[in-house]
Amino acid sequence: MAEILYGVASSHVPAIGAAIDKGREDMPYWRPLFEGYEGARKWMADANPDVIVLAYNDHASAFDLDLIPTFAIGVAETFPIADEGYGPRHIPDVEGHPELAWHLAESLILDGFDMTICNRMPVDHGLTVPLSIMYGSPERWPAKVIPLAVNVIQYPPPTGKRCYALGKAIRRAVHAFDEDLRVAVFGTGGMSHQLQGERAGFVNTPFDTRYLDRLSEDPQGLTEISHTELLRDAGSEGIELVMWLIMRGALSEKVREVHRHYHVPASNTAAGLIIFEDALAQIRDSLETVS
Amino acid sequence: MARAHRDYDDIPGTYVFDAEHHRKGYHLNMFCMSLNDPANREKFAEDEEAYLDQWALTPEQRAAVLERNWLEMLRLGGNIYYTFKIAIFDGLSMQAVGGMMSGVSEEEFKQMMLDGGRTPSG
Repeated sequence: MAEILYGVASSHVPAIGAAIDKGREDMPYWRPLFEGYEGARKWMADANPDVIVLAYNDHASAFDLDLIPTFAIGVAETFPIADEGYGPRHIPDVEGHPELAWHLAESLILDGFDMTICNRMPVDHGLTVPLSIMYGSPERWPAKVIPLAVNVIQYPPPTGKRCYALGKAIRRAVHAFDEDLRVAVFGTGGMSHQLQGERAGFVNTPFDTRYLDRLSEDPQGLTEISHTELLRDAGSEGIELVMWLIMRGALSEKVREVHRHYHVPASNTAAGLIIFEDALAQIRDSLETVS
Repeated sequence: MARAHRDYDDIPGTYVFDAEHHRKGYHLNMFCMSLNDPANREKFAEDEEAYLDQWALTPEQRAAVLERNWLEMLRLGGNIYYTFKIAIFDGLSMQAVGGMMSGVSEEEFKQMMLDGGRTPSG
């Protein structure tokens, strides 16, 4: 049986990807950010999931204003790296897991979530930067990835409640998949930031800190935050935080926080990273200790 | 019919990309999107005016693009993820554009971010 064992939430700032690609992790500007990623990378190497279901948003790469799916799942064998205007990042293509992806698509639709199904889906920094944060620069990504693109650019994005419920449906679907797979779910984007307008550069550290605190113990409460509150308190692009609730919804009620890092700034953004182990991972660990 | 008031209308310096903005900015944003293709970037570099002729921009949108008036592009329905593709084309950082939209230099903007960003009170 496939099991969701881990949850990771991370910002996906393009400049972080560029810093990794250009070997700038040790520069004074970037060092404090990357120091906080060291523990996460060690943890990731140990956890070594087979598949990552990765909730992210496309930024005018695979989708444009002609087609704006609220939830889109990638079912292809491979997802190429998008050209966002700079030329594509020089990183490996992302390998999918079509069997689990199709199982998820079917299960989620029958469970009431009307997913858009995608084959041709170039992936941009929203998906690739969190992989780079967790894995560095491998020759090939160690896990298969199922991209789950969420519209957060066209207002309104799906509600926090809906995202959280989708996470729960993903959990049901993964646990009904008849192959032994160790699965992680990523929620990406955030934390507080605003790229646009006279308020560009907006950061709200007290809001972010509280969001990180509540994510383990009170995710239900976080689903009550309205879009307007998010726009106001987390910035216009901070509304991406709804995607973190997909990850949290996919985990057990009780989780163990194993890593947290928060740093301002990464480019124009407050960068956050938090890692949870699911109750199932803890049971597995204790069984291994006993045997 | 005038658009009904939205409860986010009072957030200062913020252009929510809602239905109204989308309808205003569709062609402007789709022009920006075209710059994902290197062949189009080349054509735009050769002759910006001629390239823009292919897109149904309003005269105001066209002028805003040519002048790189980032705030005006937002007011005219641009979305930052789309309009930023012009900044990428120009070789500008997000901090540079952030500075231009908020009326400070790139250096001042960077320093504000290093100091913790623009706080909710300021």
